[in-house]
Amino acid sequence: MDHSVQTVLSMKGIVKRYPGVVALEGVDLDVRRGEVHVLLGENGAGKSTLVKILAGAVRRDAGTLEIEGRAYELSTPREAQTAGVSVIYQEFNLVPGLTVAENIFLGREPRGFLPGFIDQALLVSEAERILHGLGVVIDPRSVVRSLGVAEQQMVEVAKALSVDARIVVMDEPTSALTEREIGRLFMVIRRLRERGVAIIYISHRLDELFQIGDRVTVLRDGRLIGTRVIAESTRAGLIRMMVGRDLTEQFPPRGATVGEEVLRVEGLTRRGVLDGISFVLHRGEVLGLTGLMGAGRTELARALFGADPIDAGRVWVRGSEVVIRSPQHAIRLGLGFLTEDRKRQGLVLGCSVTENICLASLDRFSRGGVMQAGNERAEASRLASELRVKTPSLGERVLNLSGGNQQKVVLGKWLCRSAEILLFDEPTRGIDVGAKAEVYQLIRRLSAAGKAILIISSELPEILGLSDRILVMSRGRLSGMFGAAEATPEAILRCALGADAA
Amino acid sequence: MNLRRAIISYARPFGTLAVLVALGGIISVLTPYFLTVPNLLNVAQQTVINAVIAVGMTLVIISAGIDLSVGSILAFAGVVLAQALHAGWPLPLAILAGVGVGTACGLVNGLLITMGRLPPFIATLGMMSVARGAALLATGGRPVSGFGESFRWLANGRLATVPAAVVLMLLVYAAAYFVLRRTKFGRYVYAVGGNEEAALLSGVPVGICKIAIYGSCGGLAGLAAVVLTSRLNSAQPIAGLSYELDAIAAAVIGGASLMGGEGSVLGTLVGALIMGVLRNGLNLLGVSSFVQQVFIGVVIIAAVLLDMLFKQRKR
Repeated sequence: MDHSVQTVLSMKGIVKRYPGVVALEGVDLDVRRGEVHVLLGENGAGKSTLVKILAGAVRRDAGTLEIEGRAYELSTPREAQTAGVSVIYQEFNLVPGLTVAENIFLGREPRGFLPGFIDQALLVSEAERILHGLGVVIDPRSVVRSLGVAEQQMVEVAKALSVDARIVVMDEPTSALTEREIGRLFMVIRRLRERGVAIIYISHRLDELFQIGDRVTVLRDGRLIGTRVIAESTRAGLIRMMVGRDLTEQFPPRGATVGEEVLRVEGLTRRGVLDGISFVLHRGEVLGLTGLMGAGRTELARALFGADPIDAGRVWVRGSEVVIRSPQHAIRLGLGFLTEDRKRQGLVLGCSVTENICLASLDRFSRGGVMQAGNERAEASRLASELRVKTPSLGERVLNLSGGNQQKVVLGKWLCRSAEILLFDEPTRGIDVGAKAEVYQLIRRLSAAGKAILIISSELPEILGLSDRILVMSRGRLSGMFGAAEATPEAILRCALGADAA
Repeated sequence: MNLRRAIISYARPFGTLAVLVALGGIISVLTPYFLTVPNLLNVAQQTVINAVIAVGMTLVIISAGIDLSVGSILAFAGVVLAQALHAGWPLPLAILAGVGVGTACGLVNGLLITMGRLPPFIATLGMMSVARGAALLATGGRPVSGFGESFRWLANGRLATVPAAVVLMLLVYAAAYFVLRRTKFGRYVYAVGGNEEAALLSGVPVGICKIAIYGSCGGLAGLAAVVLTSRLNSAQPIAGLSYELDAIAAAVIGGASLMGGEGSVLGTLVGALIMGVLRNGLNLLGVSSFVQQVFIGVVIIAAVLLDMLFKQRKR
């Protein structure tokens, strides 16, 4: 096989400018048949713009694009699809009310007996064939709404294959999956690779790229930094390429002294979800909470915050017993909740940085209901610079900020409110290595300043690196508790799997 | 930097303003009478009813809701007001009764939407029928007509040369602008419409906000009823048919998004004026009211299409 056949996709000198920003500045990317090509870079590096150009969702300003030696314009998603490009976005494009088979063949249903009718039997058997080829067991007749995230993702993969995609782009495919599901996804990816499908894989998790990737292309600030063979690369080397500097101190050392108790929870129960949870949290403490997906971690935070009702249990805040009935009440008691899904639950995307930072503290910035815009701007500006939020201006809509900066805005909202007890649910999900390190440092600074922090995370290194104590949940119950010194990944995992704490 | 941002954030209302000016320009070429002070004041006066209702509708739409009941509420509030006047209530008290009835209907909408968790479309669709029925019941289906001079002055009188109703409209807009832009409540309205869950988890009293929004919307429909009753010297139980659609149109032409989180009262005012100018101009040109309907529909669609193009360009 000669080289031109080997190379499925060749993008050269791709340029994309937005008013005031250059998103891509002459980026090259070539992807070969049957390889997993990882696209690596911090948020805002230009990965998603590159993918959108490939998907036909955004038009490039300059550069050439060839698929199997043929030049393409790719000005519409449809054209990209016909050219053999299939993109699986983080937010799936499935119709929840239709069945798996109907989703896979949406818009290309096999014709039935008469025009306008669908050959149901063929639809189902074809879907079955594709799913079987992927080695996954999903009933093609089941409704997509009833499937878990991992299964829905498989349906997306099957859909991509059904259009005979030669290039499959996966945007952070593992961000919502459990370890076991990730394993299964990797099996499917390997199978695709054997069939000669080229896979462009975007992920922030370095571990994954060593497990699944063949080559990696690193972008930074819209420029191409380089393409490497993964087997010949090191973690530190890749991080250096991504951030342009060494990141030795990912987890800053603990410095805080743990003070008096500020939150006590006893027997917190929400039927079917939480079962008799008890713990205490102190001033200046970072309490880690981990467990598998569905163990009830987020549910615990929501119940504490008054967002979901509880069936039993007692809660004390700073020594006095309270019954938290609403988020408003929780906030008045000094709690802050950094939600897992910042776009859906944390931010008003259409509002400005200032408006979001001040949203939970409008009482502070208003007199008799009238806003004092000057005070508000001053405080937002102070917090934005303290948190190093990168934004063209404080009036910018948070919609236009990168994930890491959006997360800082959410954090700013609770700092603005001077919340004393902070519940952080997956604070580093979907943000890049550089921003992660910043978030870690911020968490340290906050605990040093006497805040009490409960941090929920699926990433063990994060939990181990940050926490003073670690709680592990399994099926709605606390299955283990560790001091920072005695915790090991193995012990935590055993508890998380529910192999009874003892 | 700040200037650029200011231009961007005001570009949308200015864009609509440009449409208004262009429309006025075309009409004034076709009929010179259009651009005379009496006629322009006439346009403003004809716009008052829709413009006042559209303020409330803008609040509702920014909060990601819809209110189909404003036309019926207007009719109901109008007949209550008229009957109060006939019963000899003092003028301020009667007006208060009309606006109060409108507000009460709106509050019920708000309660149904928050406590009852009904979609706004359904709750206000129900209220649309209930309020209309109430207006018909209260009057036996007959108009209530004939009021004193002082009441009729409200819509027909003038302050200097400016019609009193136009002054009222401008006051309502000034107040609404202040509330939306400068108060805590205004901020909450955008937050609730932009992302209800995030607002809730940030401690925004979402339920109370919504009740207040629908209450205001009903109250403004009641205020519009005062003006209409005064102008016609009569309250009709079948008044206000399809006024809700005019109000929605004004807000949407003015840049409000039915998805919520976006919109401005200034845009809505311009939107209402565009509709008023179009009607007036077509009247002056002797175009039949049937054709006017078609024109207005085309303008609504064109305005929203332009808006979408404008937004895509920025992407």
